[in-house]
Amino acid sequence: MTPLTRDQIARRVARALPDGSFVNLGIGLPDLVPNHIPADREIILHSENGILHLGPRPPAGQEDWNLINAGKQPVTIRPGGSYFDSALSFAIMRGGHLDISVLGAFQVSGDGDLANWSTGAADDIPAVGGAMDLAVGAREIWVMMEHSSRQGQPRIVRRCTYPLTARAVVTRIFTNLAVLVRTEAGLVVEEIIPGLTLAALQQQTDAPLLAGTQAGRGLAPLEG
Amino acid sequence: MSGSINRRVTRYAEAIAGIGDGATILLGGFGGAGVPLGLVAAIAEAGLRDLTVVSNNGGSGEPDLSIWLAGGQVRKLICSYPKSKASSTSSFTDLYRAGKIELELVPQGTLVERMRCAGAGLGGFYTPVGVGTALAQGKEVRNLGGRDYLLELPLHGDVALLRAHQADRLGNLTYDKTARNFGPVMATAAALVVAEVDAFVALGTLDPEAVVTPGVLVDRVVTVGAPR
Repeated sequence: MTPLTRDQIARRVARALPDGSFVNLGIGLPDLVPNHIPADREIILHSENGILHLGPRPPAGQEDWNLINAGKQPVTIRPGGSYFDSALSFAIMRGGHLDISVLGAFQVSGDGDLANWSTGAADDIPAVGGAMDLAVGAREIWVMMEHSSRQGQPRIVRRCTYPLTARAVVTRIFTNLAVLVRTEAGLVVEEIIPGLTLAALQQQTDAPLLAGTQAGRGLAPLEG
Repeated sequence: MSGSINRRVTRYAEAIAGIGDGATILLGGFGGAGVPLGLVAAIAEAGLRDLTVVSNNGGSGEPDLSIWLAGGQVRKLICSYPKSKASSTSSFTDLYRAGKIELELVPQGTLVERMRCAGAGLGGFYTPVGVGTALAQGKEVRNLGGRDYLLELPLHGDVALLRAHQADRLGNLTYDKTARNFGPVMATAAALVVAEVDAFVALGTLDPEAVVTPGVLVDRVVTVGAPR
């Protein structure tokens, strides 16, 4: 039983993005997704600082520091791309014009509550950026994260203990152990890494899990 | 070309003339893109105090907002993302932990929309962003069409300091790529709007289709590298 690497999680997310979709990638783990988007798929990436259809980082020496992404790193723009101001960029986000937002997270609850902007620690510098706007605005919110914290605590919980970003917004979770989908009935495990049982996954997950087979979807092996 | 309107000033001192202690300054930029570094330096040199600064970021340790913070010029920061990779040593972090600066943390889309409201003559707006979170504290919640929204109020500046690409003497502005970010909205939301530009061009040079900020919104234009 081998958990997925960070790049394998990113590859799994990239494979799930539908052809023709407009997608915003959050900072952190989602930064890895563009490297894995299949070449035959047209995915239009949006970044909150006012750009649609961004491309990869340019070769060293060709960086343009007026052409950056939300992580403040140099990027490129693809044919058909556009620039716009922050108000329009957030209208695109808040107004439901993006198909999917892929975000990192500290915690996600079984009800789809998202905590990804603050640990709530006393010495933490609070910084929200566009996290709340994205979480509320995109039509689907996908989270990619390690299944457990560095301290071994479950990140998929009954109730978030970290400060909330938004309530009941997460639709899909990709971890190093499984792919989960939020349904009316609860969190359904759609894919799980080979060799890991649902019972063992549940032990590492605070929120109750349903097997995909119970929802008629079939529990599939998770491959990166 | 002749005409009575001329937004161009030749020195940074003229560009910031009249800005006083206690001013609320809307400062353009997202990360390192679109920050008017020459105007930032001029404000630092003028030694203005007690400033309220509206900026998406809190300074990166570069000669940006960080120098106002380090100089003790800022009383309050209204900001979405004050953290930076340099934050363990940045002035904002030190000041915040020492309780020497006030922070009003605002989601980025709400921050820009509050300025848009101010610039568009609107009294506020209802947003779903922040509902049920710590940032909803003290805000009116209203259910409209079955969904909860927070009331957010306009955010006006005394001054907006912007970075643009080209300008003409009427103050029309174009921008460069993602350096546009907050500039066009901040240009609507302050009593005095000052733009620092790469190039000043003759009237008629800018394609009207390419002008992003029309000159009616701009009071002064200074070219990068102008004398202090």
